[in-house]
Amino acid sequence: MENKKKSIWVFGDYRNYYQNRVTLQLISKAMDLAKSINAEVCALVFGHEIDEWIMEYTAHGADRILAIDDAALKSYSTERYLAIMENLVRERDPEIILIGATDFGREFAPRLAKRLKTGLSADCVGLEITEDGLLVQIAPSFGGNMLAEIVTEYHRPQMATVRPGTFKEIPHDNSRKAQVELLPLMKGLPEPRVKLIEYERCAEKEHSIENAQVIVCGGRGMGNKNNFAKLHELARILGGGVGATRPVVYAGWADHAALVGQAGKHIKPKILFSFGISGAIQHTAGLGEADFIVAINKNPQATMMKMADVAMVADAGDVLNTLIKELKKRIRE
Amino acid sequence: MVTELPWDEKTGTLRRDLAPGMMNPACKHALEAALQIKGKNSARITAMTMGPPAAKSVLYEALAMGADSAILICDRIFAGSDTYATSSILSAAIKKQCPDFDIVLCGAYTSDSETAQVGPQLAENLDLPAVAYIEKLEINGRKLRVRRLVDNFRETLEMECPALVTVSMENYLPRYTQLAGLEEAFRTNQIAVLDNKLLQIESARSEGQSSRTKVRRVFLRKTQKENVYFMGNPSVAVTDFLNKYERKISTVIGKSIEGKERTRGK
Repeated sequence: MENKKKSIWVFGDYRNYYQNRVTLQLISKAMDLAKSINAEVCALVFGHEIDEWIMEYTAHGADRILAIDDAALKSYSTERYLAIMENLVRERDPEIILIGATDFGREFAPRLAKRLKTGLSADCVGLEITEDGLLVQIAPSFGGNMLAEIVTEYHRPQMATVRPGTFKEIPHDNSRKAQVELLPLMKGLPEPRVKLIEYERCAEKEHSIENAQVIVCGGRGMGNKNNFAKLHELARILGGGVGATRPVVYAGWADHAALVGQAGKHIKPKILFSFGISGAIQHTAGLGEADFIVAINKNPQATMMKMADVAMVADAGDVLNTLIKELKKRIRE
Repeated sequence: MVTELPWDEKTGTLRRDLAPGMMNPACKHALEAALQIKGKNSARITAMTMGPPAAKSVLYEALAMGADSAILICDRIFAGSDTYATSSILSAAIKKQCPDFDIVLCGAYTSDSETAQVGPQLAENLDLPAVAYIEKLEINGRKLRVRRLVDNFRETLEMECPALVTVSMENYLPRYTQLAGLEEAFRTNQIAVLDNKLLQIESARSEGQSSRTKVRRVFLRKTQKENVYFMGNPSVAVTDFLNKYERKISTVIGKSIEGKERTRGK
């Protein structure tokens, strides 16, 4: 039997590095998993002028880097990356592939899995290795209220996507070394059928709430746009961000970037304040990872109140005003 | 409510036969996009879903909104399919029933498991150019121009039909379904039902198409919440709350909010 070392691959998604350091988090998780199956951790970097990322992934713990540096890869193209990745996987046969559940990853990973005729689980919150060396993928199901343990028994590689912030990265260490393989662009790379006509990076209006420690969320119970706007003051005092439910975003009280839930952001704050939110599944699906929830609602029976660590039965606007006043006083003293 | 749905303890899959028939919100947006295309071009819309017989109600809703025909893919052996198997089955149905399609529109998410995988996987099965999470779509001859906001980039992309898109909930707010339309849809019942005999997928459990993933166990998220209620006058409630949790909040925000009296007392 061939005694090749197993490999756990981490797709290097660096496009929005400062917002989500998901690649680094996955490298760190892969290092854990690698110990159980005696594997190496291999990070993939495709793009143009990518030395920065090769160094970064090395310093964060990758054992090996497979890099392709070519002007043809200057912008992310799902089709091109798919062709390259499929080729590399067939050549090298990795045991596990982990991909960040960024927008790109969530489109790229399912297509790659299909091409490789293997399984994929989405948005894993936990990854473990069984005694038999099988990857257990723990993923939210049924709107995030339950967890499922998923395995890909008979097909390889075992693939999973993971949302930014789910795992912790290890600190940057310049003394780490990795074996870097600079590979040529594959021959016969197909011309993409989807053409990128134009793209621009959007201005970031606020810090992304996906990484915020404290989040102040508001729903319809805030009553009107002015009351909703006061949530920003509380968020500022607490050094956090503001989130919103869908009706509030539709009503124009908040930007789409603030939308928390199924179609928006998944958040994992240490403390979540939930003002005037009933707790529809479309919203609570995004709250799976909130540590400590403080809900304020006139209706003690609201789902959000039952989910909360602390439930305050009162008018959301009144509590907000009082809380701002009280916190200001306490912090000053 | 999806949360109250029973799941099958043995297989760990959602018991779709007991799910209320409600169209997935993102799919409604996709249908709305299709209806807007039809408003400007000559087009025929086929709505398609896979599920138990009860899923017909979703198709009645699609017909009432304006779809021209509807197909239910329904067979016991398809139950418990993962996204890999589901996309294979859908692809077989599309190839059989509407081989001359120009555009496949999917909802970008599903409300039960939200994997967002079926659309992109279907594109692979059908070997189509595809773009996920589109917000806007324009047709110019055989060219499809789409816009989307992904990973903080606003992108405009172009591809030739036939093509596949998954539609986000950003735009294409679904029109209201008229009750009269719904009654009409029920009365005329134009839903074709496809089972595996008709679809002739060699065997849904065969190597080529079968599910790749297996759910070993489903469990409730651990909840060790205290669920403490504070009632009464807001200022009293706020003070009580802050006094009880001041240390916790101070640690997280990195500023002390500990009350004067208490700190003095120590």
